[in-house]
Amino acid sequence: MSASALPALPASDATRHLPFWLGAFGVAAAVFLALKLIGNEYGYYAGYFILQYVVLASAWNILGGYAGYVNFGAAGFMAAGAYTAIVVRKAFGLDLIPGILCAAAFAGLLGLGTGYLTLRLKGVYFSIATLCLAVVLQTLVVNWDYVGGSRGAYIIRPMTMPGFSSYGEYIFTVMLVLAVIAVGVGRTVEHSRLGRGLQAIRDNERAAEAVGVPTLRLKLIATTLCGALMGVAGAPLPYYSGYLNPEAAFSLSYAVNAIAMPLIGGAGTWLGPVIGAVLLGSLQQAATVTISSALNLWIVGWILVIFVAIAPRGILGWFGKR
Amino acid sequence: MSLITRRQLGRVAVAAAVAGAGQTPGLFPAHAQSANPIRIGYAMAMSGGLAGNGRATNLAYQIWAAEVNARGGLLGRPVQLVVYDDQTNGGTVPGIYTKLLDVDKVDIVTSPYATAMIAPAMPVVMQRQMTFLTIFGAGVNESFKYDRHFNMNVVGDNMKETYAKGFLDVVGMLPTPARSIAIVAVDNEFAQKAAESARFHAKAKGLRIVYDRSYPPSTVDFTPTVRAIQSARPDVVFVASYPPDSNGILRAVSELRFQPQIFGGAMVGPQLATMQAQMGPILNNLVNWDTYSPEPTMQFPGVAAFQAKYRELAHKEQVDLLGNYIPPYAYAQMQVLEQALKRVGRIDQAALAADLHKSEFDTIVGKVKFGPNGEWAEPRNLFCQFQNITDGDLEKYKRPGTKVILAPANLKSGDLRAPYGPPA
Amino acid sequence: MEFDLNLLLNGIVSGLLLGGLYAAAAAGLAVSFGMLDIVNIAHPALMVAAAFLVVVVGTALGLDPLLTALLLAPVFYLVGTGIYTVYNYFFERRGDEALQGLAFFFGVMFIIEVGLVMAFGPEQRFLDPDWGFVTWRIGEIDLPLRMLVPALFALAAIGLLYLFLHKTFTGLAIAAVAQDAEALRLMAIDPVKIKRLAFGISVALACIAGGALIVVQPVEPSSGQIFIGRVFAICIMGGMASLSGAIMAAFLFGVVENVTATFAGPSWAPAVAFGWLLLVLTFRPQGLFGRAA
Repeated sequence: MSASALPALPASDATRHLPFWLGAFGVAAAVFLALKLIGNEYGYYAGYFILQYVVLASAWNILGGYAGYVNFGAAGFMAAGAYTAIVVRKAFGLDLIPGILCAAAFAGLLGLGTGYLTLRLKGVYFSIATLCLAVVLQTLVVNWDYVGGSRGAYIIRPMTMPGFSSYGEYIFTVMLVLAVIAVGVGRTVEHSRLGRGLQAIRDNERAAEAVGVPTLRLKLIATTLCGALMGVAGAPLPYYSGYLNPEAAFSLSYAVNAIAMPLIGGAGTWLGPVIGAVLLGSLQQAATVTISSALNLWIVGWILVIFVAIAPRGILGWFGKR
Repeated sequence: MSLITRRQLGRVAVAAAVAGAGQTPGLFPAHAQSANPIRIGYAMAMSGGLAGNGRATNLAYQIWAAEVNARGGLLGRPVQLVVYDDQTNGGTVPGIYTKLLDVDKVDIVTSPYATAMIAPAMPVVMQRQMTFLTIFGAGVNESFKYDRHFNMNVVGDNMKETYAKGFLDVVGMLPTPARSIAIVAVDNEFAQKAAESARFHAKAKGLRIVYDRSYPPSTVDFTPTVRAIQSARPDVVFVASYPPDSNGILRAVSELRFQPQIFGGAMVGPQLATMQAQMGPILNNLVNWDTYSPEPTMQFPGVAAFQAKYRELAHKEQVDLLGNYIPPYAYAQMQVLEQALKRVGRIDQAALAADLHKSEFDTIVGKVKFGPNGEWAEPRNLFCQFQNITDGDLEKYKRPGTKVILAPANLKSGDLRAPYGPPA
Repeated sequence: MEFDLNLLLNGIVSGLLLGGLYAAAAAGLAVSFGMLDIVNIAHPALMVAAAFLVVVVGTALGLDPLLTALLLAPVFYLVGTGIYTVYNYFFERRGDEALQGLAFFFGVMFIIEVGLVMAFGPEQRFLDPDWGFVTWRIGEIDLPLRMLVPALFALAAIGLLYLFLHKTFTGLAIAAVAQDAEALRLMAIDPVKIKRLAFGISVALACIAGGALIVVQPVEPSSGQIFIGRVFAICIMGGMASLSGAIMAAFLFGVVENVTATFAGPSWAPAVAFGWLLLVLTFRPQGLFGRAA
């Protein structure tokens, strides 16, 4: 990565946050109303699929886009969130929202632990450690009868929720709120001192350290955030499907998309993952119900390769240059 | 995917209409569908790990649809299949079924293949109160307790108490009584349930369990496992596995020259043509769970004709060449639907469900009746023994005397041979 | 499960044989990842693709799978040079290896795997050599040829590679390019050419490993995923840039997995192996056999 000067501080940092949040919730409300008008359950399911990737991509971006550390284990963290939700439901009878909070806590701890073990080394070791973590987690889940092991776990969810026309609408709304929060967190990090420190690390870690940036601490915060948000992306999954088994939870497609979406949208900015997730997620969802074959994933692979070759800064970077 | 389905449908329909007189079906253009078809929608594993059986199932459905349409359709309307590939990824299933019901507005839904794909569809289907015919699920309805779920699988309701009974009955056929058993199972829902049943019945019969472990599906080398089992010197070995590991285990057993009195169990794989071709004599005297064998005791009306038609098309579709495992049951599932619809006379989910609960159906896999929670009222877990297997030639698997049925008693067509091992 | 010396001995031996297969898989990666610092995640996918090609060509020509792999190795060498040229043009020159380069190989891995599914279907393929079902016995120790011959074959190939790297000029240049590309330029050697050669060799090794793989077990398109974690773990444990270290780590890995599988049950084997890797990373990140950083 070429060393570049730290971006200049914007004139008034604090006030720029409010317009974003208002705008984000405005967009979310508009999406929700549009789907409600269409009145079609399918819209909620397809929408959930895409939104979960918005969260996942934004989470990955915090560590990958800002700090330059690649997390291959998105599937592991997501599954950790999903299974935390299942455990919380089985052990304490708590439902979706508490499940999400617990998932965030647990996955965040996982991120912290992985980071602590490996972040003193070169970035590639961290990446491989995340891959190994996914394997270890999957083995643990498979051997754990309480969550159904390989047989999977069933979550019997209610048909309707008060205030919503169906459960599908409810879970979509939850994911919509989570997506706004995830993107907001990403943006907040980007504009904060944490974000600037991470970018310094990405550009030249040794130089950053020499200048006095507390690299290890910042990296640990980033991995914790990244892990927590990925866990949050996974927590509603058992409620969405009604059934979850390790093979579905640890699916490699999550790992690929978590990397492809931010890179294609434009890593290093908060908007990039959103663009990447919406584009790629819609493409995959459309392909599932039309072309509907392995072609779907093949296309993602090609898009990823072509994009990183031709437009390494992603879509945003491409437009930014013009 | 509906476009591809129509094209294939067109091809198969013309082939069926030519009454299978040995003509190989060519690629025919899609012919126009007449108005108001009955649309049957489902997701199916056309890619991914379960695609082998998924595509075979889909082919069976297509054969059925073509035959029905050649006879003038159902309730006077042509039948149209609407399929989406679930890619063996459970996450796609809720979206697919909401699309089928809300956007495509199909009249009837059936299930994808296998428990891990069926279960995610249940909440969607239950919300719409649709009657749901499923294929080869295992225990899906235990938690949902949905009264409009009907599973086409021989295992029935209470796998733990019924599944392995036949196997242990076969164990009882040994001239010198067996005293010990080893149980090993892959980490997935069907295998674990099968192993649980084996454990249950072994204890009931007073057998000592000398080895009882599970292994992950990604295991590469089975030599240490088989050697550990071998060192425990069991008389009987019960294995519950899926195709890749069934293959590995059988090879390890053959290499280590391990020949217990009885070897087999709930191995998925030996029912399929690829494994029969590859393993050859390694399968000799294997006592294994099965769903269908062309024995005299199982010559149900229509099954031979179906299999002939299936085998003609199987090669082109890149699916299992023999169709001895799921395809007859998939076809029978559609026969059940057809008969119920004819009796009810209209598309009415509640009426259909009521009829499915109370009627007995005549299908190419025999008489089918559903119990209160939608499983087969009477399980029919066959335990067959591969006999006289000297090579991997597939022709013998189309004839009786190759997979001899040892249990249940009412379908028994031969006697047990011991020990397990290649022919002398 | 009583402790049985015989069982342990056989567990170790079969672990060593399994380690031979892992060594085959990791050798190529030791070159590309260890020496060239190229994180080629697609390496196991290339190995599986090679296995499929071996099945197709071997079945068509009626040849032994290991022989077929040897014949296909030059083809894969060219594929490797091609991939490297693309990688170098788009990523290395821009200095983008860290993130985009990684993603590039991830995408390549997916393209290969899904491409295999589309070309061959998801079912397993196999190609059994004539000697595939024979087992030698030395006392109480079993040596199935199915595992022994590919292991020996792989070791022979790795041995040749070792000689090449340490005795020939080009080989030494490869070792040098990892340490100091500039110095190499000063000696009028183009580092890009050397890297291209080395990467080509690593992919050719993947082909050899593919041939070994198809003898040991039937392959399906997703088989590569089982190996990704393992091969990288082995390279790291062996200490980067050390071929002999990677080989020894591969054997150790095989033995640990097998002994665990024998005594604790196969379901724990992956966790033990990878847990071990995490420990190594924590306490001895230069690997068990590498030099201290």
